[in-house]
Amino acid sequence: MASFWQFANPRRFIAATDRVLPWLWGAGALCLAVGLVWGFFFTPDDVRQGATVKIIFLHVPSALMAINAWMMMLVASLIWVVRRHHVSALAARAAAPVGVVMTLIALATGALWGQPMWGTWWVWDPRLTSFLILFLFYLGYIALWEAIEDDDTAADLTAILCLVGSVFAVLSRYAVLFWNQGLHQGASLSLDTQENVHDAFYHPLLFCIAGFVVLFVALVLLRTQTEIRARRIRSLQARQRAGDTAREGGAA
Amino acid sequence: MIAVLARDLKLAVRAGGGFGLALAFFLIVVVLVPFALGPDTGLLTRIAPGVLWLGALLSCLLSLDRIFALDWEDGSLDLLATSPCPLELLCAVKALAHWLTTGLPLVLLAPVLGVLLNLPAAGVAPLTLSLLTGTPALSMIGAFGAALTVGLRRGGLLLSLIVLPLYVPTLILGAEVARRGAAGQSYETPALLLAGLTCGTIALLPFAAAAVLKVNLR
Repeated sequence: MASFWQFANPRRFIAATDRVLPWLWGAGALCLAVGLVWGFFFTPDDVRQGATVKIIFLHVPSALMAINAWMMMLVASLIWVVRRHHVSALAARAAAPVGVVMTLIALATGALWGQPMWGTWWVWDPRLTSFLILFLFYLGYIALWEAIEDDDTAADLTAILCLVGSVFAVLSRYAVLFWNQGLHQGASLSLDTQENVHDAFYHPLLFCIAGFVVLFVALVLLRTQTEIRARRIRSLQARQRAGDTAREGGAA
Repeated sequence: MIAVLARDLKLAVRAGGGFGLALAFFLIVVVLVPFALGPDTGLLTRIAPGVLWLGALLSCLLSLDRIFALDWEDGSLDLLATSPCPLELLCAVKALAHWLTTGLPLVLLAPVLGVLLNLPAAGVAPLTLSLLTGTPALSMIGAFGAALTVGLRRGGLLLSLIVLPLYVPTLILGAEVARRGAAGQSYETPALLLAGLTCGTIALLPFAAAAVLKVNLR
C-alpha cells in the first residue's frame, strides 16, 4: 500500500529521500540561478529605488520561507503529538535552524534595503518587529531541544512549545499593529490582487521563491537524514557499551 | 485544592526570599530608570507607564522558576500529580498562588512607584487596571514556562528565553492601556483586548502546562 505514512519508517524515509534529494538540489540550484541571474542582471532599475530594488529577490523569498518553516514545524509537531512518528519530530527539529537562517536573511536584507530607502537600518515597524519576535521564538525552540537529553521528552516538550508559541506568535503579529503604524509597504505578493509587483520583477521573483522552497525542502530532508543517522549511531554505541559490560561481567 | 493554594501561599510568605524579592526588584528597577535617563520630569512622565509595566514583567519573571522547582526537588510534585485532583487544575492553582504572592503586590505597589516617575494622576487608574488584568496572564504563561523547564538543571535562563517572547502580546496591550490612560486618551479597546487575552490564557494554558508537566514527570 502506497501511503504517505510509510515514510514514518526511518529506513524507507532515508531510501526515498536519497532518491529525491539529487533532483531537489538540481531543481533548487537551477531555479535560484535562473531567478537570481535574471533578477539581478536582466531587470530594469526602479525609477526611485535604483538598483536596490533587486534586494527583493532575496528578501521576499527568505521572509516567506521563514514563516513557512515555522508552519512546517507546527505541522510536524502536530503529527508527532498525534501519531508519534519519530521522523516527524526529527523533521521539526531539522527545520528550526534553517528557519532561523531564513529569518536572519530576511532581517539582514531588510536592514540593507531600509538604510538607503528609509534612511535607517531598523524601525519598530509591525512587520519588522514581528519578525524579530519570530526569531526569538526560533531561538527558544532550538535552545529547548538542545537543553534536554532524553530524545522523546525533548520531542514532546518542543512540540507543545511549538503549538503554544504559534498561538502567541499570531497574537504578537496583531498586537504590534496596535502600537505602531508601519513604514513597511503592504504585501508584495498576494493571490487576490490584480497586479502585485510589476511583471518585470514578478517572473524572476517567482523563480527565486521556487528556488528557496526547493532549497528549504532539500535542506530539511538532508538534516532529517542526519538526525536519524546520528540517533542510530548513538543507539549502536549504547548497545555496544551494554554488550561490552555484559561480556566483562561474564568473564569475571 | 484550597489546601494546595494555602500551602503555596504559606511557603511563599514564610520561606522568605521569593515573596519580598520580586517587590524589591520592582522597586530597584523603577529607581534605577531616572539614574540612567536623567531626572527630566517631562521625559519620566512620558515613559512612566512603560517602565512600570516592564518592571512588573521582569519582577514576575524573576520568581517563575519557584512555581514548580521546589516541589520538583523534594518530590511533592509527584505526590500532587498522583492525587485525585486533575493536573490541569493544579497548574491553574499554582499560577494563582504565584499571582497572589507576586502579581497582586506588584499591582498594589505600582501606583506608589508611579509617584516616583511623575505619573500623572489621571494615569493611575488605567495603570492599576491594566496591571490587574494583565498580570494573571503573566503568571499563567510563566507557569507554563516553569512546567516546561522544570526537569532541567540550569533551566532559569532557558525559562526567560522561552517565556519572554510569549509575554510580548500582554506587554504591548498592557502598556498601551497604561500609556493611553496617562495621555488622557480612550483606552477601552486595548483594555478589552487585554482582558480577552488574559481570559484565553487562563482557559487554555493550564492544559498545555499539565501536558508538559506529565511529560517531565514520566
